[in-house]
Amino acid sequence: MNQLGLIVKLTLEHIWITLIAVTISTIIGVTIGILITRFKRAATPVIGTAGILYTIPSLALFGMLIPFTGIGIKPTLIALVLYSQLALVRNTFVGITHIDPSIREAGKGMGMSNWQFLKIVELPLALPVIMAGIRTAAVMNIGTATIAAYIGAGGLGWLIFRGIASVYTEQIIAGAIPVTLLAIGVDYLFILLEKFLTPAGLRH
Amino acid sequence: MDFLLYLYDKKEVVLLSTLRHVEVSAIAVLLSVIIAVPLGIIITRYRKMAHIVVNSANIGQTVPSLAILGMVIPILGIGLKPAVFALVLRGVLPIVNNTYSGIANVDRSVIEAGKGMGMKNREILALVELPLSFPVIMAGVRTATVLSISVATLAALIGAGGLGDLIFQGIVMADRNLLLSGSIPTAILAIGADILLGGVEKRLRKGAT
Amino acid sequence: MTNTIIRFDSVSKIFPEGTKAVDDVSFEIFEGECATFVGPSGCGKTTTVKLVNRLVEPTQGTIYLNGEDISSIDVIALRRNIGYVIQDVGLFPHMTVAQNISLVPKLKGWSPGEQQRRTDELLTLVGLEPEGFRNRYPHQLSGGQKQRVGVARGLAADPPVILMDEPFGALDPITRAQLQDEFLRLRSRLKKTILFVTHDMDEAIKLGDRIAVMRSGRIVQFDPPIKILREPADPFVENLIGKESGLKLMKLSKISDIMEIVMNKISDKSAFKEAKRLMEGEGSDILLVVDDWEVFQGVIRFDQIIRKEEGRISELIDRDVPVVKDNGEVREALEMMLKKKAVWLPVVDDERRLKGIITMTHFACFFAEGGQV
Repeated sequence: MNQLGLIVKLTLEHIWITLIAVTISTIIGVTIGILITRFKRAATPVIGTAGILYTIPSLALFGMLIPFTGIGIKPTLIALVLYSQLALVRNTFVGITHIDPSIREAGKGMGMSNWQFLKIVELPLALPVIMAGIRTAAVMNIGTATIAAYIGAGGLGWLIFRGIASVYTEQIIAGAIPVTLLAIGVDYLFILLEKFLTPAGLRH
Repeated sequence: MDFLLYLYDKKEVVLLSTLRHVEVSAIAVLLSVIIAVPLGIIITRYRKMAHIVVNSANIGQTVPSLAILGMVIPILGIGLKPAVFALVLRGVLPIVNNTYSGIANVDRSVIEAGKGMGMKNREILALVELPLSFPVIMAGVRTATVLSISVATLAALIGAGGLGDLIFQGIVMADRNLLLSGSIPTAILAIGADILLGGVEKRLRKGAT
Repeated sequence: MTNTIIRFDSVSKIFPEGTKAVDDVSFEIFEGECATFVGPSGCGKTTTVKLVNRLVEPTQGTIYLNGEDISSIDVIALRRNIGYVIQDVGLFPHMTVAQNISLVPKLKGWSPGEQQRRTDELLTLVGLEPEGFRNRYPHQLSGGQKQRVGVARGLAADPPVILMDEPFGALDPITRAQLQDEFLRLRSRLKKTILFVTHDMDEAIKLGDRIAVMRSGRIVQFDPPIKILREPADPFVENLIGKESGLKLMKLSKISDIMEIVMNKISDKSAFKEAKRLMEGEGSDILLVVDDWEVFQGVIRFDQIIRKEEGRISELIDRDVPVVKDNGEVREALEMMLKKKAVWLPVVDDERRLKGIITMTHFACFFAEGGQV
C-alpha cells in the first residue's frame, strides 16, 4: 500500500501540470479570442488553425515537438496549450459576438471606451461561455497529460504505461481509476464553478 | 532534408503502418456507427432512457483515452480485439449523442405532416427523420473518426499495430527521424479524415436545406 | 427658445455599399425644443440622429453642437453628454436597474452617494418606485418598465441633449400611449433638447414641438405640428398625416387655450342681496360660486334667489355641476357636454380652482378659425 503514496504524488503532479497548462492556455486563448472579435477577418483562419491543431492526435503532436524541444515538461506544456486553444478562442469569440446588438449600441452610445465596454459588459456577459471553454480545456488536458507521462512529464499516466509494459494489471488500474475520477471530478467542479460565476442577472 | 531521404527509405514501413492504422480505425468507426446509431434512434423513442444515456455518454467522454485503453486490458488482454473495443467505446459516445439530438431536433411539423400523409413510423424514420439528421450524425461520425485515429495511435502499445509503433519506438530510441516518420503521417491522416468528412457533412447540410 | 443647440450644415452620409442615407441636409435645433424626425423606413431619420452622437460619421458637411464642430470633440466625452435611448433599450442584463442607470455617472466619477441619489430621483421621475425597482434585474421587468429604465439611464448624467430612436416602438399600444403621456409630463419639468425619431406620424404630432418629415435622406418639411397639419408641403406629407387631420388638430389644443376667463363669480359666503345685485349688473341669471381659495363650489341661479331677501346663498348652491380640467383636451370638453347635455362647462385646474368657462360658442369659434389657437 505504499502504492498509495505514489498515487497521491502522481496525482498531484498531474494536477499541477494541468493547472499550469490551463492557466497559460486561458490567458493566451481568451486574449486571442478578444482580438479576433476586433479583427473579424482573422476569426475564421485563427479558429480554423486552432481546429487543425485540435485534430492532431496527442502522441503525434508530441512526436513533432520533441525533435525541437526534447522530452519532458516542455513539449507537454506546449502541446497542452496548443490543444486548448480551439475551445478557448472559439468560446471567447462566440461568447462576445453573440451579445445582443442593442446592448452594444446602447453601450457605444452611452460613451464607453472600447476597453471599458470590454471590461464592464462584454467579458461579464461572455463569462459563462468562456467558463465552458475552460472546462473543456481542463478535462482534455487531464487526458493528454496522461499520455505525456510516456515522454517524461510525470503524472498518473506513468502507472498505466508501466502497467501495460510489465503486464501488471493492478498497476494499470492504479493509474486508470484515479485519473478517471480526476477527470470526472474536475468536470463536475467546473460545472459548479460555472453556475457560481454566472452573473445574477443571467441566471434565469 | 535528410528526413525526406529517410522517409523515402522507410516508405514501405510507413505505408504499411498507415494502412494498418486506417484499417483499425475504420473497423472501429464502422462498429461504432452500427452500435451507436440504432441506440441513438431507440432513445429518441424512450425519452426517460435518453436522459440517462446522454448523461452517461457525457461523463464517458471526459474519461482519458489512455485510461479506457488501460481498463480494457484486464478484461480482453492485449492485441487487436481490446484495441478495437477501446476505440469503439470512445467512438460510440459522440455518435449516440449526435444521433439523438439530430433526430430529436427534427422540426415537429415535418413529422406531423408525414403522419398526416399516412406514413408508418418506420417510413417516417427512414424517409424523414434520418435524412434530415444526416448532417448532425455525420458530425458525430467525424468526431468519432478523429478520436479513433487518435486512440489507435496509443493502441500500438498493446500490439494493434499502426503508426503509433513508429512514434513509440522513436521516443524510446531517441530517433528523431523515426519519430517524425510516425508523427507526421498520423497528423496528416487525422487532419485529412477530418477535412474529408467535414466536406461530406457540408454537402449533406446543403442537401438537407 | 432662441439659442441654436444643434446645427447641421450640408450634411450627407453615403454608406460604403453606396446607399445615400442622408442627402445634403441642413437645419437647426433650438434649445429646449423637441424635434421629431418622422418618415417611412429607410428615409434617413435614424441615420440623421445617429450623426449627432457620432455613431455614424458624416461623409460630407459639418455638425455643430453649441457652435462647436462635433468632429473636433473627443467622441467619448461627446457621447457621455448626450442621452441615448433606443427601441430595444439595450439594458445590460448582468446589472441591476440601479447599476444600469448609474453607469455613466459612475464613469464620470460621481461619488456613490451622488449616484444613489440620482438613481432614486430618476426612478421616481419615470414612475418606478425606487425601493422596489433599484435592485431588480432587466429580465424581471416588463417591456414598458424596461423602457422607463432606459429613459432614466439616458437622463442619468443630466445631459442637455437627448436622442431617442423609436423608444416606444416595441411596446403595445396601451403602454405606448402611457409612456407618451408621461414623456409629455416629463418634458414640461425638464428643459432638455430632444431629437425624437418615430415612424408614427401621430406620435410625432403628439410629442414634437417641430416635426421634420423625411424622405429618401432629405427633409421635406420642418414645421410645428399645426403647420404640418394645416399646410402640408406636398402630397407625400399629406399622405403621412393621413385622414382626419382636422380632428388631429383638435387634439393639439387644450381647453385652457379656448376657454373664457370667467367674470361672473361670487363668494360662497355672500348674501342673497349681493347675488341679486351681481346678476342684475352682469345681466346673467347664473353665477359661479367659489370659496375663499377660489375653489369651485357650484352655481346659483336667478330663479332660486328671486324671492329671497335675507340670508346667505350657501344653502342653495347647486353643487351637482360637471366640470372639465383646464389642461384637458378640447375633445374631452365636447365629450362632457354631449354626455351631460350641458351647453356650457366650468373649467377648473388640478386643485379644482375655477379658471374659466367653455361654451358651444367657443367651439364654434375654434372650428371657424380652423382650429387655430
